Amino acid sequence: MNTFFFVIYPYLAFFIFCVGFVYRYKQTGFQVSSLSSQFLESRTLYWGVMLFHWGIMVVFLGHLLAFLFPKGQLLWNTHPIRLILLEVTGFTFGLLVFVGLIFLILRRFISKKVFTVTSKMDFALEFLLLAQVILGCWIAVGYRWGSSWFAADLSPYLWSLVLFQPKIKAVSAMPYVIQFHIIGAFTILLLIPFTRLVHFLVAPFHYIWRPYQRVMWNWDPKKVRSAETVWTVTRPRNN
Amino acid sequence: MNVRSQVSMVFHLDKCIGCHTCSIACKNIWTDRKGAEYMWWNNVETKPGTGYPTKWEDQSIYKGGWQKTEGGENEISLRGAGKRKGLLNIFHNPNMPVIDDYYEPFTYKYLDLIESPSMDDQPTARPVSLITGRPIDIKMGPNWDDDLSGTQDFARKDPNLENLSPAEQEAMFQLERMAFFYLPRICNHCLNPACVASCPSGAIYKRGEDGVVLINQNVCRAWRMCVTACPYKKSYYNWNTGKSEKCILCYPRIEAGYAPACMHSCVGRIRYLGVLLYDADRIEQAAASDDSELVQKQLDLLLDPCDPAVIAAAKENGIADSTLHAAQNSPVYKFVKEWKLALPLHPEFRTLPMLFYVPPLLPVMATIREKIKDQKLHDIAKDWEDTWLYDTSTQELWGAIDQARFPLKYMANLFSNGDQNLMKEKLLKLMAVRIYRRHKTVGDVTEEKSNQVLKEAGLTPKMAEAIYALTSLAKFDDRFVIPAAHREQAIEMMEFTGDVKGSTGFGFKDQTAKRGL
Ligand code: SF4
Ligand code: SF4
Repeated sequence: MNTFFFVIYPYLAFFIFCVGFVYRYKQTGFQVSSLSSQFLESRTLYWGVMLFHWGIMVVFLGHLLAFLFPKGQLLWNTHPIRLILLEVTGFTFGLLVFVGLIFLILRRFISKKVFTVTSKMDFALEFLLLAQVILGCWIAVGYRWGSSWFAADLSPYLWSLVLFQPKIKAVSAMPYVIQFHIIGAFTILLLIPFTRLVHFLVAPFHYIWRPYQRVMWNWDPKKVRSAETVWTVTRPRNN
Repeated sequence: MNVRSQVSMVFHLDKCIGCHTCSIACKNIWTDRKGAEYMWWNNVETKPGTGYPTKWEDQSIYKGGWQKTEGGENEISLRGAGKRKGLLNIFHNPNMPVIDDYYEPFTYKYLDLIESPSMDDQPTARPVSLITGRPIDIKMGPNWDDDLSGTQDFARKDPNLENLSPAEQEAMFQLERMAFFYLPRICNHCLNPACVASCPSGAIYKRGEDGVVLINQNVCRAWRMCVTACPYKKSYYNWNTGKSEKCILCYPRIEAGYAPACMHSCVGRIRYLGVLLYDADRIEQAAASDDSELVQKQLDLLLDPCDPAVIAAAKENGIADSTLHAAQNSPVYKFVKEWKLALPLHPEFRTLPMLFYVPPLLPVMATIREKIKDQKLHDIAKDWEDTWLYDTSTQELWGAIDQARFPLKYMANLFSNGDQNLMKEKLLKLMAVRIYRRHKTVGDVTEEKSNQVLKEAGLTPKMAEAIYALTSLAKFDDRFVIPAAHREQAIEMMEFTGDVKGSTGFGFKDQTAKRGL
């Protein structure tokens, strides 16, 4: 049982995530979109979307740092004030995510226009995220201090997965709440390619570096009919 | 000099009859789909009026277009988008219009009329929302203020009235009951497009060959910045597909040598389409120039297609001879550069729009009798029964037009960044051509008089004749001079046509059929 959930399932999720994303990007590029519904309803969205996104970015960053630098994390936590600061920050942002998500879910039910553009998958995803956030906040309050035992027990587990030498002793002994949170995380990973979550994989950071204007040519006008280049195959970049 | 070509347009506003045929033609071909019902890539507005979406010209609301960067000398930045604002506002774009700023698309339950059981009352077809399918109260439509020029709700909220004095506004409010004109709008396929610059994904681009601005539907990720950035609100968000869409200038038609659907179907024959050559090296500089010379700098970008130096530079850049030939016969070049009759709409948005308008003379000529009674009004002025009349006297270049009628300032706010002299220059020319034709056809104006009037307006009889011909008599091929698209060359650059030789005629859409392993 534990082997399935903590060894097979993570690999499966990651595999499906990779294949699914490549497939969706290549085959149905048209469907890769954030599917914003701001056009239909803007005011409630502001609160929901802002709290949710900024909250989740901080929370995610926290998890990521503890995963990447467990030693540094433990070092930071040696000082109680720093530990409490970190825990309080994490918990606050977790709450923000929760509140934001509530706004978003209610909005989908209350605004008739938004309801019509909501798919079953959107609801499934929203409730999955909600469950995940509630579990996360519960863990933060009930099983102190998460930032320390995450770095001490969970980071090694995750690293063992990365290095293909799964060690699940520590996770198997964890309370159910935490186990569910872990399974939930891999479920979300698995679902990314099949939901609107894909949008964060195509976050437009390249905008920062590109020049503002873009002109595209169907063919290089200077190369047309030039004897050296006429047989080189250059695929157009548009469409 | 970096010569590029653009398929560009002129709309002659005096000829627009406000029939909306253009809008319908466009709608039928491109936007009669779920998620796009509310979009009118081509729409026709009554001016003065608030337009579609409501008050789109008011950039204090919508934050579209470019503005001079504060502190920066010759720099411009996007008003409500751009790298910093765009990425910070990516979760929620505070400047984005919502559907109610346009209108909620609707239909009627027509079947209720047919399928209703027999009852005492007439059955009705209730309006229902095309988004939710529920009954709605229709509050707004794409041309809701059509012909309603005198109303409180629309005409008086026109953003272009802003810097008119109260007296001038009062004069207009009296006048607007009889004087208004139509403003058909499509995407301007700008030289400095704000939509392209604002797109974080880089999905929007301007085609090098003909200047058409397009959104790649596969790359658009619904970050919605173009909707904000386009000051003309001509980039629309499809709420169903989660992708933005805009006018594509019917590029499949243009490539095949047909005029775009809106232009082809135009009943008033107000639309002209042709090639303009421009100098791409000076775009940035022109877009950032001072307010006073903005229009001039934009017009200066357009190059004379008969100038040997321009032709040489164009050939150097690989512009086809057929395109050059089209540029030399371009009706757009004639209106914009040769006769200097046409101006861009709202040049102050600094996107360098490539759709030009010949301003309307007729509403400027409209007047109220009372006001003019004690002033000089020529006997040949046409007099109608009630107190309204059109001053069609053509003895004087201006007759009584110089006295506040349809304020020049209003027109100048629309087309020349507030420059009334520039606007007057165009109207004078239009008037001069009328006087010239009156001399020719009615004969009650002497040749001397007509020549003098033409001279004052800066025209020659030959030019006047040409303007008259292109305005009133022009046939399809005179109005639309469409360059060959040369897709055959494009295909040769994209694909090794030799590969396909021997297999064409039997294969799949994207590739030749290949046998399995
Ligand atoms: S009119 Fe708007 S949508 Fe069209 S090119 Fe200009 S900025 Fe872009
Ligand atoms: S079809 Fe032509 S005349 Fe009719 S509204 Fe459109 S632009 Fe004006």
